[in-house]
Amino acid sequence: MPERTAEIELRLLLEAIFLKYDYDFREYSLASLRRRVQQALRQLECASISELQARVLHDPAGFMQLLQYLTIPVSEMFRDPEYFRGLRQHVIPLLRTYPSLKIWVAGCSTGEEAYSMAILLREEGLLERSMIYATDINPLSLERARKGIYPLTQISGFTRSYQAAGGASTFSDYYTAAYDGALFDKSLRDHLTFADHSLATDSVFAETQLISCRNVLIYFNKQLQNRALGLFHESLCHRGFLGLGSKESLNFSSYGKQFETLLRDEKVFRKL
Amino acid sequence: MTRQAYEAVVLGASAGGVEALLYLFGALDSGGCRLPLIAVQHLPEKAQSQLAEILAARLKRPVREAEDKAPVQPGVLYVAAPGYHLSIENDRSFSLSSEAPVNFSRPSIDLLFESAAHAYGPKLIGVLLTGANEDGSAGLEQIAQYGGLTLVQEPAEAAVACMPLAALQRFSPDHVLRLRDMAELILRLEEVHAE
Repeated sequence: MPERTAEIELRLLLEAIFLKYDYDFREYSLASLRRRVQQALRQLECASISELQARVLHDPAGFMQLLQYLTIPVSEMFRDPEYFRGLRQHVIPLLRTYPSLKIWVAGCSTGEEAYSMAILLREEGLLERSMIYATDINPLSLERARKGIYPLTQISGFTRSYQAAGGASTFSDYYTAAYDGALFDKSLRDHLTFADHSLATDSVFAETQLISCRNVLIYFNKQLQNRALGLFHESLCHRGFLGLGSKESLNFSSYGKQFETLLRDEKVFRKL
Repeated sequence: MTRQAYEAVVLGASAGGVEALLYLFGALDSGGCRLPLIAVQHLPEKAQSQLAEILAARLKRPVREAEDKAPVQPGVLYVAAPGYHLSIENDRSFSLSSEAPVNFSRPSIDLLFESAAHAYGPKLIGVLLTGANEDGSAGLEQIAQYGGLTLVQEPAEAAVACMPLAALQRFSPDHVLRLRDMAELILRLEEVHAE
């Protein structure tokens, strides 16, 4: 049964990564992880997962390469525009009542969602009193996020989504085009803190009013999903807001009764 | 022939697939099939979001868009959500992923089939129907490698034969059948074990 051997190898690889590098993928959804490890095998030219394990144990640079496969660096600005429209119409008016705001974008990847949030807050006049904490486990993604430069080829898609999200200005006001990149406004960046944080191993670092964590929990198994939701519940202030991905829910978690649904289709929940 | 208690049917279809699925599911419903049916049908994203509704209007069994972490339940027809890959975990619950398209498709049939092969092993029936691309053939082969039963629609009957032919070029599936005979076979296999 070769498949049985591969499952054992995969578990051993995740255990080795945890012991050596403190990155904990042991409670990720296996179906997707298995596939991404297979992709890594091909790209890193390893014949088996065991060979890959030996490589990453002895070579931190090799691990950093593998990490790019284990995390999912897929992101865009104003993804699912209806989500941002929902925040603008139904959450922002309530956030206005706070003298200062802390917002957590959990699993921010290369930062597109964090910048989108900053633009939304700027347009609603809230950015000056806000700090957005955008966290991820992938240092290369965080580095790109801090730079705030995105390929010009993506800008037309971002612009369409920005407009569909109810953007109040002109999207090009927020970036400077240079060569083949769009550099986002430094004054947005001043309200963004990009930091290394793991939903699998770290604890809560601040009290927040809004947490946006979209298309991150789908990569976790139920136990890890519950751990992450536990962190969110602990971090959120009384009646704080939680935004999830368009196909995510609290239905199969242990936190279904600790949040109420504010926007059903846009997946915005409120702490009870 | 060994008596294999099948526990789920995964299906993949592309161009011409909605009609084929409706015919097959209708026949399985009439025969009282209780197995969970899990389908990826390629469609433009907007049409994809209406697929569950379209099928539900024509079928007796409950039809649901598969939700992340939901357990697979007998008697239900699940369809993949638009814009996400659909997988089955080893504990027989669904998981979604927003990774890049595979074979230009998201959801991809290969991903559903490969994960289902892992989760169900020999207790799985994989069905590949009409379509204009090659998604699904690699996944169907993996179902065969894990001991599951593989069924491919007779290319002559398929609205578009590419997808069935791609599977036949890749390996030898257990049966190449017309939809009517396919439904009959699945019902018969289920009946054998209900005894």
